[in-house]
Amino acid sequence: MSGARVLTVTGATKRFGAVLALDHVSLHVDAGEVLAVLGDNGAGKSTLIKCISGVHKLDSGTIEVDGVHAQIHNPAVARHAGIETVYQDLALFDNLDSTANFFAGREEAVPSWLPLGMRWMRRTDMAKHSAEIVGRLKINLPQKVASVGMMSGGQRQAIAVARSAAFASRVVILDEPTAALGLRESRQVLDLILRLREEGVAVIVISHAMDHVMEIADRAIVMRRGRVVGEEEPTPENRNRLVSLIVGGDD
Amino acid sequence: MQHTDSPDKRVAVPGTKGSVKAPANASAPPETVHPTVDNDRPSATKLRLVGTVLALLRMGPLLILVILVVLLANLSPVFFTTLNLGNVLVQSAAIAILAIGQLLVILTRGIDLSVGSTLALSSVVGALVFAETGSAFPTIVAMLAAGAMIGALNGFGYVYGRLPHPFIVTLATLSIARGLALGLSGGQPISGMPDLVRTIGAGSATWIAPWIPNAAFLVAGVAILAILLLNRVVWGRWIYAVGGSPEGARRLGIPRSKVLVSVYILSGTLAGVAAIVTSGRLNAGSPTFGQLSELDAIAAVVIGGASFLGGRGKVSHALIGALMIGVIRNGMNLLNIEAFLQLIVIGVVIFIAVETDVIRGQLESRFRVLKAAAE
Repeated sequence: MSGARVLTVTGATKRFGAVLALDHVSLHVDAGEVLAVLGDNGAGKSTLIKCISGVHKLDSGTIEVDGVHAQIHNPAVARHAGIETVYQDLALFDNLDSTANFFAGREEAVPSWLPLGMRWMRRTDMAKHSAEIVGRLKINLPQKVASVGMMSGGQRQAIAVARSAAFASRVVILDEPTAALGLRESRQVLDLILRLREEGVAVIVISHAMDHVMEIADRAIVMRRGRVVGEEEPTPENRNRLVSLIVGGDD
Repeated sequence: MQHTDSPDKRVAVPGTKGSVKAPANASAPPETVHPTVDNDRPSATKLRLVGTVLALLRMGPLLILVILVVLLANLSPVFFTTLNLGNVLVQSAAIAILAIGQLLVILTRGIDLSVGSTLALSSVVGALVFAETGSAFPTIVAMLAAGAMIGALNGFGYVYGRLPHPFIVTLATLSIARGLALGLSGGQPISGMPDLVRTIGAGSATWIAPWIPNAAFLVAGVAILAILLLNRVVWGRWIYAVGGSPEGARRLGIPRSKVLVSVYILSGTLAGVAAIVTSGRLNAGSPTFGQLSELDAIAAVVIGGASFLGGRGKVSHALIGALMIGVIRNGMNLLNIEAFLQLIVIGVVIFIAVETDVIRGQLESRFRVLKAAAE
């Protein structure tokens, strides 16, 4: 499993009216690999992940998951194909507890011959399994606080990341996972991302925080004006090269 | 190529990781820990204080109801008699049923203004069907169907008409349903309801305690079904999810539109159930039933402690709120307080309840900040 090609995007092109948001973008991620996608605002990073996660539809280009061509035309299909995305706004339900958040939209319930919405929830099973997920990913959650809305920014981010990683997903895409977090909370989320990698998940991280990219990413691609303009190993020696690729200093 | 490449990288990367991680760990804690140590005591007490106030606010409506009952029991010799308590239950029953439907809608950040008119339409339809058929079953089915139909109009109009908020569409059906009820009945009450309906609305539980009205058992039945839906059935979980984050629900593949339509249909159907209680009690269908009772239902949900902003609320909140309105009305009648004052008191209670919800929201975010600082 380690190192197997999980996600391949080839020639991804997306146009919004006159704006060419993605111009023949190609990338790939392997199991147990963290790929950083870098670029300035408007470089096309968000459009790229929205296309991979089914929010937008590609005009042309292909997406393959585990070597199989995938027609990802809505978020549910992407999830079904094992592609989970954590957006910056996290899409958490502040009024529900962490277990309910983990299982939202895929509750464990019986009987299986009924449509999911009509089924009876297995609440103890879900609580048990969410405790297992939390334990496995070593997330630190408060015991007594019921709703996610009462938790700190880092805990909320951790829940969103854990939710994306909880269900044998193949690819986890993280949009600016540390942007809103303090030092210590960032640390926890970065550790969590490294744990996902250890579990063999292919991770794509969009980030502006070069220190975090240096630390967790195995590879980094740089986007500018909808195109991939470079790929580097994110080592301290390459840092300046990456930054100049991002800002386009070598044009 | 890449397959052989990546293991190499993974060997190389932990090295860089370790070296980057170590200084981050070494330098970060001293800077962040010191301020929290300094503030440790005050922030811990503050945390406990905010937590206690929050718990009180959440208990608030039930506490107020208990205080009201104790107060009225002391002020009026009649209040705490079984006869009068039975009255309170009868008077609260229809509001309680409407409030449970309203709760489902409010949980999804919506509002249903049409339930009072729907109750009237449903009662008129029931009276007409009974006059035609003379039998209970078609009458009850017609009453529920009339309610469900107005609810469906609300739900589909809101969701598939892509309206920004359900306020206007339910305002429209408020007018339409009342108009239909007036038209169908010729503006007059139509007397005559099936025995079963009359037993539900006017009868009492002679087999246990004659003062307990049958309507109270109907309310209990509806409440239990609603509790099971909200807490045990996946659909109920989705109702909370849609209220908590409509956009999040969409991204996670929860059928948001269907959930929204369903709560309006349920609310309308429950208005039909409330019509059974009201027309059974008065042995008639009338186009004037349920005037302004949509406001009672909304007030009950909010007074009871559910959040008007959606996502938070329980069936018990709707029941407590309905009882509170019933108790206030009944108590003030017993104390011969004038009608205008009753309206003012109910209004003030609604205002306090909504303000409490806002303060609760602020305290929760405060709690979150303190909590993060304490960890």
